[in-house]
Amino acid sequence: MSTAPQDSSVHRALGLSDDEYHQIYKLLERHPNHLELAMYSVMWSEHCSYKSSKIHLKRLPTEAPWVLVGPGENAGVIDVGDNIALAIRIESHNHPSAIEPYQGAATGVGGILRDIFTMGARPIAVMDPLRFGPLDDPRSRWIAEGVISGVSGYGNSVGVPTVGGEVVFDETYKGNPLVNVLAMGILPVERLVLGQASGVDNLAILLGASTGRDGIGGVSVLASAGFDENVDDADKRPSVQVGDPYEEKRLLEACLELLDEGLVTGIQDLGGAGITCATSETASRGGAGMDVDISAIHSREEGMEPFELMTSESQERMLAIVEPHNVDRVLEISRQWEVQASVIGRVTGTGQLTIRNGLEGETLANVRASTLHDDAPEYNRPLAPPPNLAERRSQDASQGPVDLQSDLIRLICDPSWVYSQYDHQLFLNTVVGPGADGTLLRLRDPKTGRETGRGIGLSTDGNHRWCHVDPRLGTTMVVAEAVMNIACVGATPLAVVNCLNFGNPEHSEVMWQLSEAVDGMAAACVAFDSPVVGGNVSLYNETNGHDIAPTPVVGVVGMHPNLKNRPPGMALSSGMALVLLGNDADLDTAMGGSRWAWEIGGCKDGRLPEFDLDQAVRTASFVASLVQEGHCRAVHDIGEGGIGVAVAEMAIAGRIGIRVFGYDDHVSMFNESGGRVLVGIGLSEIDEFLEKAESARIPARKIGESGGSVVQFGEAEPMPVASLETAARRQLRDALGRGTVNS
Amino acid sequence: MSKVIGVVRFPGTNCEFDTIDALQILGAETKILWHGDRDIANVDSVIIPGGFAHGDYLRCGAIARFSPVMDAVKSFAKDGGPVLGICNGFQVLTEAGLLPGALQKNVGMKFLCSMQTLEFVSTSNILGANALQGDSLRIPINHFEGNYVCEERVLKELEERNQIVFRYAENPNGSIADIAGISNLEGNVVGMMPHPERATSPLLGSTDGIALLNSLVGGSAAQSV
Repeated sequence: MSTAPQDSSVHRALGLSDDEYHQIYKLLERHPNHLELAMYSVMWSEHCSYKSSKIHLKRLPTEAPWVLVGPGENAGVIDVGDNIALAIRIESHNHPSAIEPYQGAATGVGGILRDIFTMGARPIAVMDPLRFGPLDDPRSRWIAEGVISGVSGYGNSVGVPTVGGEVVFDETYKGNPLVNVLAMGILPVERLVLGQASGVDNLAILLGASTGRDGIGGVSVLASAGFDENVDDADKRPSVQVGDPYEEKRLLEACLELLDEGLVTGIQDLGGAGITCATSETASRGGAGMDVDISAIHSREEGMEPFELMTSESQERMLAIVEPHNVDRVLEISRQWEVQASVIGRVTGTGQLTIRNGLEGETLANVRASTLHDDAPEYNRPLAPPPNLAERRSQDASQGPVDLQSDLIRLICDPSWVYSQYDHQLFLNTVVGPGADGTLLRLRDPKTGRETGRGIGLSTDGNHRWCHVDPRLGTTMVVAEAVMNIACVGATPLAVVNCLNFGNPEHSEVMWQLSEAVDGMAAACVAFDSPVVGGNVSLYNETNGHDIAPTPVVGVVGMHPNLKNRPPGMALSSGMALVLLGNDADLDTAMGGSRWAWEIGGCKDGRLPEFDLDQAVRTASFVASLVQEGHCRAVHDIGEGGIGVAVAEMAIAGRIGIRVFGYDDHVSMFNESGGRVLVGIGLSEIDEFLEKAESARIPARKIGESGGSVVQFGEAEPMPVASLETAARRQLRDALGRGTVNS
Repeated sequence: MSKVIGVVRFPGTNCEFDTIDALQILGAETKILWHGDRDIANVDSVIIPGGFAHGDYLRCGAIARFSPVMDAVKSFAKDGGPVLGICNGFQVLTEAGLLPGALQKNVGMKFLCSMQTLEFVSTSNILGANALQGDSLRIPINHFEGNYVCEERVLKELEERNQIVFRYAENPNGSIADIAGISNLEGNVVGMMPHPERATSPLLGSTDGIALLNSLVGGSAAQSV
């Protein structure tokens, strides 16, 4: 018998390479049939198997005593004391959102919530880092408006607050937006369950929505290939799933009730690769096999083919592994919540995943469960820095036309137009919500609702400009920025999740970016003593052969140990001294990777300013304790747009003016050197404060005093706070407030 | 003896436990009333909390009014029992005919979650025990369909009979006459779009919801949390 398939077009159309086909042949010792081929194609897709990135991800630190579950499960889980654990995960839904913005974003939220409650946790927070093409591009505005509506429409209705995120607009995302979603849940430690099938003769129950023809091949057709203009995106629309938040809400409540009563031995959500993924992953993790009866699957329409049932990505479904004597009670709880439930499989000791038509009926597919999951190919793809790197780094990013006033107005943007569309208060935990540096939630006992007197800090951050200039240092700085953000609400970091958004892994430069970013992230995670507990890799983010700028996004979760009062926030009030913590950059390289250089100066290269990671660690811990102890009256991290933007935001928030000493040229005003924080303290407390910073070995100096109604940098023209506020408010409302503009 | 407050739970409701947490801190006993139950005996008052009852499909509250529990709520209200509808609960009460008017989409055609300043216009209802007319309250809203509408005649009646309970200081959603909450003629049924349970702790930025809920619970405004 020949090892070559009869018809090579079949596996190629499913996204499998000839080598991969050959590997399947070797594993099975025969040719796969069509159903088996379809199952391998989804499980071995880039999206499900991480085949290009796995080799690099191994270099990330993943362990700490408080980590209960690390990467590889549905979500990472950390122990936060008092018998309470947090489950956290971040995912991308970039390609579905490019094609069908509302549903792409909605199902992104739905999918990640299932990852959380599948661990036994009630989801209590969503964050949405969003990146779109420029606001002057009508299609990008259409995508942005649709995505934001989708997050709002699904998240609000399913009943999980969206407590923070980011919104970024840049040319690099034109045609390929980044829609990342982070979710966090809370659980009593003893309720932790894993996605495992064990116990021969236990039954697999499919819960939730019926299986339809939507989303077939989503992971292979959509998520693991780029976009180009020769293929009409509309052709891919059937691969996008449609979300139903009400179905998800009932499914969530039903599953939490099943877990509360201890009725399941393992549970797994159905996301990418549908039933194939859920059955093979649970079986292979549990070291078991499974017989699956496709005739028992409740389906949305008649006449669905076995491969359609097995690879459909219909939303709002879960697979529960249940001991036979508990099945009746599981079905009863499902009925109460109006959730459909069907027994579709049985755990076996064979290690085989066997798909049948009727539990004792005809065998349609028969493969070792672990081959779908563990034997997926692993590639060490060629990687190389861009050939012109030296030339790129020699450029001077500070050149360009300067107009301090209009540049500042261009760089300030109030995101409330976005987050006021999200319920960010449900569950009564939101002490500091979206629009601030970091988010701060009350930590309450998940069983009694009682306050623990502690808080959870959360932040998501990414910066494609820094990472384009230097993917390694840029990623280190991104992690530091996220940590500094939660420090501003009084929290110190515990763990990191990452969403690695990159271009086409078949381009050697993209693989180099990914590898560099992983090393930069690892360095920061080690320095901040915060392991990576979960993540997601999104590759093939490209349009017409142009890769996006590398965009690793991180979520950082941390602890506020003593939450009695609200953190001071960024608002200035009268009679404050403004103190800068951290170093000003060396002016020669200061502007590399800054927003000013990209959007105003027109230079995307150069070098990043020097960054002292150890000092950033000290500064973050110093700032967190200032906030915890109430030793400052205002605090704000310096990020995009540098000191200029940070000072303007503090003035706008407090509706009061400030006089800054110096910083009246565009380089010192807008450079983005990392690890810096602005702190507002009482004028009389300045000497004591500077001494305290000095003994913590943190550079600190007074750079301004609040008062009046204008913001003035050195000798530059003063700007009224009121007009800065109006400008900041108008940006998004003017661009997006008109509603849908295209398609 | 502390009062027992029944909190209605439809599939899709999501503010039931927030409401219960807030009430319990004030010393009330609470009881979940499942939407399929016909019996709501042994409660002193009823709250229909916020959320998306039955997914808000068709129209907010349009399916919820057919849930069996609503028959019981209607006769409870008819007998003078205190009923408070918050947000989605307000929408359900208008659909069920317990309050006049309707709530349509916000004029900006966007969902809105934000802190609002309210004027306590009329205190002659179940929420007014601890308040003075004209009090200013900070309580957040969280809705897509909070734009209250009614006929001119109904508006006139609401105004004349002191049935407008709250008005927004700055109208966020286009509501007629800045209305944020109304009562029935007897004052025992109140619907409001803002969420008092979200304004019950200094950590959350406001405690102005405490006096309102306390009025139902029977405690005084001064009761500390």
